[in-house]
Amino acid sequence: MTDLIVETTLDTLGNFAYVAVALLILMALYTMLTQKNLIKICVAIAVLGSSVNMFLVLLGYRDGGEIPIYFLKGENASMVLPTPQCLTLTAIVIALATTALMLSFVILLHKHYGTLDIDEIRRLRG
Amino acid sequence: MSIQDHLPALIVMLPLLGAFLTPAVASLGKKIRNIFFVLFSFLILLVALSIGCAVFWGSPMVYVMGGDSFAIALPSGMSYPVRILFEIDAFGALLALCIAIASFAGALFSVAYMDKFSGWKKYLSLYFMLTAGALGMCVTGDLFNFFVFVEISSIASFGLVAFWRDKPEAIEASFKYMLVSQIAAMLLLIAIGTLYGKYNSVTMAALSSMMADGFLERVVLALVLCVLAFKCGAFPMHAWMPDAYAEAPTGVTCLLVTVSQASFYGLIRVCYSIFPKIAAGGVVGWILIVFGCMSMFFGVMMAVVQHEIKRLMGYHSISQVGYMLLALGVGLVAMSDQQNMIAYGFTAMKGGLFHAVNYSMYKALLFLCAGSLYYATGTRNLDKMGGLARNMPWTAGMFVIAAAAISGLPPFNGFVSKWMIYESSFAIHPILPTIAMITSVLTLASFAKVFQAAFLGPAKTGFVAVREAPGFMLAGMAVLTVATLLLTFFPGWFISNIFEKAAGALVDNASYVRAVMGGI
Repeated sequence: MTDLIVETTLDTLGNFAYVAVALLILMALYTMLTQKNLIKICVAIAVLGSSVNMFLVLLGYRDGGEIPIYFLKGENASMVLPTPQCLTLTAIVIALATTALMLSFVILLHKHYGTLDIDEIRRLRG
Repeated sequence: MSIQDHLPALIVMLPLLGAFLTPAVASLGKKIRNIFFVLFSFLILLVALSIGCAVFWGSPMVYVMGGDSFAIALPSGMSYPVRILFEIDAFGALLALCIAIASFAGALFSVAYMDKFSGWKKYLSLYFMLTAGALGMCVTGDLFNFFVFVEISSIASFGLVAFWRDKPEAIEASFKYMLVSQIAAMLLLIAIGTLYGKYNSVTMAALSSMMADGFLERVVLALVLCVLAFKCGAFPMHAWMPDAYAEAPTGVTCLLVTVSQASFYGLIRVCYSIFPKIAAGGVVGWILIVFGCMSMFFGVMMAVVQHEIKRLMGYHSISQVGYMLLALGVGLVAMSDQQNMIAYGFTAMKGGLFHAVNYSMYKALLFLCAGSLYYATGTRNLDKMGGLARNMPWTAGMFVIAAAAISGLPPFNGFVSKWMIYESSFAIHPILPTIAMITSVLTLASFAKVFQAAFLGPAKTGFVAVREAPGFMLAGMAVLTVATLLLTFFPGWFISNIFEKAAGALVDNASYVRAVMGGI
């Protein structure tokens, strides 16, 4: 019985990183739905992007694995998967571009409307 | 290897090259810049055409980046699939061709339309980037690559929608589009990551051959469906579409129409080619049908009350996308049963694909007509226009052709494709063609209103001196008019030679897999 409990706890701990990813995604979505301030919404989008990147890196993680470069791998034979890391690098670059563009839009919106409240920025209706 | 083998790479490479060459070319002077812009777009169109010829009358093209096979063989003898590949079958080639035509027409139009504005270098770069993203979505055979192209086209379109950045509305439309689009893109990435975690591959054909039916796969399919339905503007997630279409410069709106078609391509590709076991029959097909009917009906209802010409057309886009979703949904429902597939499913798919091509051509043309009205009169408000047919006969003529086609008046191409959709959806439930026909009637009513308001009646004071749009704008519109008329005059030829092959490529999922994986 105690063995089972210990095992389950270890399993949960092993998956704790995934739980953290899920929490981050939920937090980001919650912030986007409830906050009115444009800057806060931008931060939430950035958090969402980062948590998805974390998810991708986690997918390729192997317990006790080495860096996936053949010459530097050391004694240990097991390496982490390189593909998700490439995917993550691409995703980071894309997220950087969108965050920069989004913040520049916020600056322009503030110039035009004089406010950062998303409820007051609604000239497009119907 | 001949140039023929490299066409799939060229179709993405050329617009990207264009995007990064422009800043240099644009500083050589106005004339060289315009020639470069138009010729380069024409070159892309030629490449798309030759890919089309090779694929429609040949076999699907597979192009692997940096090697012959998509798997890399390690010295230890282990083979590991890592390479990015492009795979073009008849369906992808069809939509790539639509995008290239719209891009060429938009380029011709922009030469005159944007003439008096500054910021050409940025405009051209983003324009080519948007073309590259949209074409890439249609030719890629790799899901992560698909995500990258979605993002390239999204970021370029954010920049282009907000191109007139001294207009608050443009920035607002772009920002709102960006917010929802980013959430959608991240959900798409989660879905792709999950598939990678389970199947260890992001190559579409490999995924398709391994795909099992399980809870995780269903969740992924649901996520991808939501994201791509949002990207092509299906009803409950449509709000960005009229805003973005109305505020973007008109040459870009014409291209944005086909970019949403590229998302439609992704949606259909995912349902038919990657998840055929889960999507065929029942639930997924009905989801598409319900999305389609709601988009058709509510889109047109919101369009009827509009007074702003480009917003009105934006709402019509939602309703037109509905027709395609309905048709391909009917195809999915029929797919699990060979008998049904022959009886009505295949007709529905042909009709849906025909409508997708029709829609890209006449809708882009309608937006260009709206842009030319705006160029001539300086307003987009229909209540302020009037009597313009005398001053702008060419625009009026081309508008009539496009409006008749979108309303499905016989003998225009819109009638043929809509008729195929009515006929086949009737076999599933009589309510579906009823909704589609009501939508069609309301579309006609709404475009009759636009025509009457803008072109007929006494000339309004202030618009007496209005002149016809300049030659380049008319040339851009003429390209699309010719395409619409060709589809009108030879529907039989197009259906049996092109749409049948494209629909066949979708149904025959095994051939899509075989082209990459070999004889499995």
